[in-house]
Amino acid sequence: MVRFGSLARLVVIAACFVTTLASAAGDGDEQMDEAFIDPDNIPSLQRGAKNFINYCSGCHSAQYVRYNTIGKHLQLSEEQLVNNLMFNAVKTFETMRAAMPAADAERWFGTPPPDMSLIARAKGADHIYNFLKGFYIDPDSPTGVDNRVLAGTSMPHVLWELQGYQKAVYSEITDENGTTYHFDGFEEVTAGMMNADEYDDFVRDTVNFLAYIAEPIRSDRRRLGKWVLIYLFVFLVIAWMLKNQVWKDVK
Amino acid sequence: MSRIEAEVGKPQGGIMQWIDERFPWTETMKYHITEYYAAKNFNFWYVFGVLAMLVLVIQLVTGIFLTMNYKPSALDAFASVEYIMRDVEWGWLIRYMHSTGASFFFIVVYLHMFRAMLYGSYKKPRELVWLIGMIIFFVLMAEAFAGYLLPWGQMSYWGAQVIISLFGAIPGIGEAIVELIRGDYSISDITLNRFFALHVVVLPLALISLVLVHIVALHQVGSLNPDGIEIKEQKGPDGIPLDGIAFHPYYTTKDLVAIIIFMMAFSGVMFFAPDMGGYFLEHANYEPANLTATPEHISPVWYFTPFYAILRAVPDKLWGATMMAVAVILPVFLPWLDRSRVKSIRYRGWIYKFALTCFAISFVVLGWLGTKPPDTLYTIAARIFSAVYFAFFLLMPYYTTIDKTKPVPDRVVYHG
Repeated sequence: MVRFGSLARLVVIAACFVTTLASAAGDGDEQMDEAFIDPDNIPSLQRGAKNFINYCSGCHSAQYVRYNTIGKHLQLSEEQLVNNLMFNAVKTFETMRAAMPAADAERWFGTPPPDMSLIARAKGADHIYNFLKGFYIDPDSPTGVDNRVLAGTSMPHVLWELQGYQKAVYSEITDENGTTYHFDGFEEVTAGMMNADEYDDFVRDTVNFLAYIAEPIRSDRRRLGKWVLIYLFVFLVIAWMLKNQVWKDVK
Repeated sequence: MSRIEAEVGKPQGGIMQWIDERFPWTETMKYHITEYYAAKNFNFWYVFGVLAMLVLVIQLVTGIFLTMNYKPSALDAFASVEYIMRDVEWGWLIRYMHSTGASFFFIVVYLHMFRAMLYGSYKKPRELVWLIGMIIFFVLMAEAFAGYLLPWGQMSYWGAQVIISLFGAIPGIGEAIVELIRGDYSISDITLNRFFALHVVVLPLALISLVLVHIVALHQVGSLNPDGIEIKEQKGPDGIPLDGIAFHPYYTTKDLVAIIIFMMAFSGVMFFAPDMGGYFLEHANYEPANLTATPEHISPVWYFTPFYAILRAVPDKLWGATMMAVAVILPVFLPWLDRSRVKSIRYRGWIYKFALTCFAISFVVLGWLGTKPPDTLYTIAARIFSAVYFAFFLLMPYYTTIDKTKPVPDRVVYHG
């Protein structure tokens, strides 16, 4: 028994060691705001689709996403699809292409704007949410702005009209190691058409839509998954009874 | 021959008799299933063999349907996977089943191998069962590695780049080997095509054949049990082991319960968290392979990370690759490294229990470290746990000799 105790102690020590390692190395990431998207909120997804078409699809494609798939999942009629979303397509089965030719895009921005089909799965919803809120004035940048999340991005602040312009505020910390700068937050320089809360909602809806197009069958799989688990549970009870019946005579 | 004689000699008539005169069907069924006697005291650890076979079948069946829609070309591969996910009817289910299956294959196989280490299943007379199992494990690693290139995402590409380039560390012939594997001067369409051929034809064929051989070898010697007792040494007057029960119906019905519980866990992941937080499907793999942009942090899928951590723990490329290869191959020698008189951990002394615990912890921690960026602190930890990993095997001939064992009973412990 004493020996087993020493084993258990070893496990505890190892666990402590791992936790220490994890906490020692986990402080590298910049604090990000959570996006709080709601994939089951259809009106939010519809607004997000509209935002995407109006503000993003000029430059960004979503080449794997078909309009009719969006129509089906977002409960839009064919007429609504054609009139509100399909400015750049004729047939509803077409995929979402960018208005801007890729060759021009590369010439203008140095790098073509990435396709948005899977961006939410590649980067995460929170990352995009913070990126779209993270533009700040930088006179040295060719676009006049830089971004807290993706420094040196070649994307201009497309949503400036809505958000306005903000600057990054730093505080100087001087200690024996020299002077370092700590990022305190943003400060509004020029106001946009939206206040901060409205802009947050705008970005949230858009990110929600991007998360949806990254995996359009997400709600299908969750719905089906519940039934599969219920079925398997019933099957489990029957199999358990069968096993007990067969094993009755094993002594 | 009278009618009565014929009936006594051959109880069946009709079609079964017709077949049995031409093919040993009934004999084979009896030998492998209805009259294959296994100990009655199998516990939790004994379900992973059958579960590994289940996952193999899942992978084969879903793989066939994926092949019908996937295009093994550098230009189309990434898009064809998205086509499967979005446009093919139930394509998403097939693809998630296959991607979840890959990870579950390794979970099940690692637990299956750990079972052998707990109860000494590899010890005499089961050395061949263990050796064949280890070959299956190597083929499975190759199969998973080849399969991971096929979606042609960033991590597919750069992961393969890192691992294949390791062969370049071999002095003299290294670069030639790397070229031979890639079929090109870099990973390209040609590499993708040959990996596809390996993944869907060569390696699955090898897997299926080896699994059959694994089972035939096992049934020749009989399954061991958590007590590490040879049940064939205590037979009843009917020639059946006293502690043995027929595989069918006893273990078919018991395994069915395990299979359903396993399918519930599998479904839980597949339907509710197919990415598993970036461990089963890595986030960076949702970006198509880009030859000009190396990802910030390249890490293989979780099931290779323990060995990857060992590779990175060594500062030199050739030595790192060598150590990694040795780490993968070392378990092959377990039947001869282990000098203990008893098989099961139940009757071993504290030293082996301590060693096995250290080994299990080091394997898990190395796996976790392999997913992390190479930080100074992490590298130190990886070195410590790599040392533990190697020490477990290399010191085994010594500590299993001095370990005080307990007397093994004649009959298995079974509480009904």
